[in-house]
Amino acid sequence: MTDTPAPRHIPDRLDKPLSSAIFSWEALLVVVAVAIFAVNSFASPYFLDPWSLSDLTFNFTEKALIAFAMALLIISGEIDLSVAAIIALASTMMGMAVQAGAGTPVLVLIGIVVGLGCGAFNGLLVTRLGLPSIVVTIGTMSLFRGIAFIILGDQAYKGYPASFAFFGQGYVWWVVSFELVLFLVAAIIYGFVLHRTSFGRRVFAIGNNPVAAQFSGVRVGRIKFILFCLTGLMSGIASVLITSRLGSTRPSIAQGYELEAITMVVLGGVSILGGAGSILGVVLAAFIMGLVTFGLGLLNVPGIVMSIFIGLLLIIVIAMPILWRRLRGGR
Amino acid sequence: MDTTAQLDPANEQPLASTPRLTLSGISKSFPGVRALHDVSLSLCPGQVTALIGENGAGKSTLVKIMTGIYQPDAGTISIDGQAVTLPSAHAAFGHGITAIHQETVLFDDLSVAENIFLGHAPRTRFKTIDWRIMRKNAKEVLDTMGAGHIDADARLKDLGIANKHLVAVARAMSIDARIVIMDEPTAALSMKEIEELFLLIEFLKSEGKAILFISHKFDEIYRIADRYTVFRDGEMVGEGLIRDAGQSQIVRMMVGRSVDHIFPRRKATIGAPVLTVSGLSHPTEFDDIGFELHRGEILGFYGLVGAGRSEVMQAISGITRTSKGTITLEGKPIAPKSAADSIEAGIVYVPEERGKQGVVIGLPIFQNVSLPSLKRTSKSGILRLAEEFALARAFTERLDLRASSLSQDVGTLSGGNQQKIVIAKWLATAPKVIILDEPTKGIDIGSKAAVHGFMAELVAQGLSVIMVSSELPEILGMSDRVVVMREGRVASVYDNKELDAETLVRTAAGIAA
Repeated sequence: MTDTPAPRHIPDRLDKPLSSAIFSWEALLVVVAVAIFAVNSFASPYFLDPWSLSDLTFNFTEKALIAFAMALLIISGEIDLSVAAIIALASTMMGMAVQAGAGTPVLVLIGIVVGLGCGAFNGLLVTRLGLPSIVVTIGTMSLFRGIAFIILGDQAYKGYPASFAFFGQGYVWWVVSFELVLFLVAAIIYGFVLHRTSFGRRVFAIGNNPVAAQFSGVRVGRIKFILFCLTGLMSGIASVLITSRLGSTRPSIAQGYELEAITMVVLGGVSILGGAGSILGVVLAAFIMGLVTFGLGLLNVPGIVMSIFIGLLLIIVIAMPILWRRLRGGR
Repeated sequence: MDTTAQLDPANEQPLASTPRLTLSGISKSFPGVRALHDVSLSLCPGQVTALIGENGAGKSTLVKIMTGIYQPDAGTISIDGQAVTLPSAHAAFGHGITAIHQETVLFDDLSVAENIFLGHAPRTRFKTIDWRIMRKNAKEVLDTMGAGHIDADARLKDLGIANKHLVAVARAMSIDARIVIMDEPTAALSMKEIEELFLLIEFLKSEGKAILFISHKFDEIYRIADRYTVFRDGEMVGEGLIRDAGQSQIVRMMVGRSVDHIFPRRKATIGAPVLTVSGLSHPTEFDDIGFELHRGEILGFYGLVGAGRSEVMQAISGITRTSKGTITLEGKPIAPKSAADSIEAGIVYVPEERGKQGVVIGLPIFQNVSLPSLKRTSKSGILRLAEEFALARAFTERLDLRASSLSQDVGTLSGGNQQKIVIAKWLATAPKVIILDEPTKGIDIGSKAAVHGFMAELVAQGLSVIMVSSELPEILGMSDRVVVMREGRVASVYDNKELDAETLVRTAAGIAA
């Protein structure tokens, strides 16, 4: 090695070739979204109607709210499979409150607090006892929904106050629903937290190397606990929306939502192994999932076929980045 | 070539027989590191050869070549005079080479008999495992080696380490292994167990096995070995009959080299005590540790692997807990409960395992550097990238980092450059005390010099440095004072004025002067 003149300058970043932006996952998602949009508009004459497009958004807003928090959780290397069960439990509690004569503000508060409490319970089990989150949340998935089934049996709670209907059925302006506004606001908040705050940076660090993060002074347990609480909180909010939209509570409410939320996260380019991902990707993935399920609905494809489709989509998007890396010569 | 026979014509044991295993001219390099250079070694049947050398001398690399895990870049391996290649662990096993490691590599949930016969279990007519014969054979093997007390049906995990070693030896016997490598087998054994192990080695000798015995402990080497081979910096520097060599002669071979050529000259201006540790104890790892660190001082920590140095440092930096004792920083007692606490107090620990504990692979350089300093580079929790880049640039350029940009993933850098980032990121927290654990382990000479130069710069600015190192030249070349640890305790503290390598090695190994 030859002598080099003392401190050499290292640039902040190199100009990225345009191709890296064109071939990014997010760009691919945009292309897919546009393509499905085009197919849908050809497949059904009713698709391009503003009200039908507005209806479409209801297919993903509730799940996407959970997916934002889930994205952070998966980036940190954990997962929460109990989100749909949290919705069921929170909805059941709201139903009980209605029977006791509670008004709309109390119902909303109950939904949110139950969600937060369930998330905190998951978080405590994972961070305090050091249990793997996949096992913990499979357990609490049965636990939370089990409680809902014991309380409700084959009954349903109805009789929600009229003002409560706004959250899941109301429109803020013309075809723009309250749910859609909430979705956009949450996207901005979560995008900001993940990509623009030191909290978000620490989430990425934990997901890539929890040991080194801990050695670097990151309070790994505390951050993971907060992420579980956030996921529970978003599930609680989703519970308010879905209960309001349906106007009733059955113990089987939101069945399978956890898989759709996780599919959204992974389709959005978040690494299932943790450490990488973006909220923009999750937003785009939410639109795609909404377009696909709505399109299939327009074509009168039955729900069971849609769940087959969701399952296939999940496998494909998890396998794709891994196969892609293998093809490019890595391991 | 049978060099061994020429070297000791007076040996009573029949060395006339050809060596069982001969390695000649073996070289092996890893990116940036030359692990072995033109090394030769012969193992004769019925003899124990001790392989001696400092940490990093290349012993483990040689074992891995002999067991087929690494492939040498050059050189030949021959068994009974026949040249062979060992492309895999399986091939080495097939040639009768077996290794018994410090922590035995066996299967905890299988029975003793299954462990002994795994892969070559006796079969019945129907090709299923013949459990009855297997148990009987296992018992026989254990009995012949005087280990009849081990129940062939016991789960391996219920056995102590000493008995696990015996099972490993039984396995070697059952495959008729002819070359047995023992890599620090006594590290976790009690005195009584060590005696039993030695009886077993005597037995293996009498069976005509060729044995390679690796140990840091001189009393063991003198007790059991017939011959010795000394490695230093990946080269063989001496060999011969153990009874012809004195301890001091061997120690000199291990350490003999000039130590001042690459280390920066510096004037030590040692100030008041900064960090005082007293009576620090841990239930299992260390006991009653006490020392003082002064402003502007480099305090070296020397000791054998397992002496408890890293564990003490991790306790001081809040990563592990202590059972008792006090830590005082600038007159104030501190009790860090996490790395975050100690970083806040001004003590940082740069860990030994760079990949696992140091860098966050997957994040770019500047984000790695700023990670422990995010509180300072961000404002009310919001990132300020310009601050992060400035911080990263200041420290990486001082360390002469070689990278194409600060947004490059650290995973794409060489070990030496990763180490610079690891040091940079903890320095960027503006600590009062920096603890470097094996700061130059496994990195190339150029990066080593950069790290050493930087350490000198740090103490000149009034920082205090603790350097844990197993490399004697580094300890002697960099430290103002040296704490030697042995078996979880402070064995001695030396002023690095008339300190020599032999004293250090003796103290660390517990050999009387």
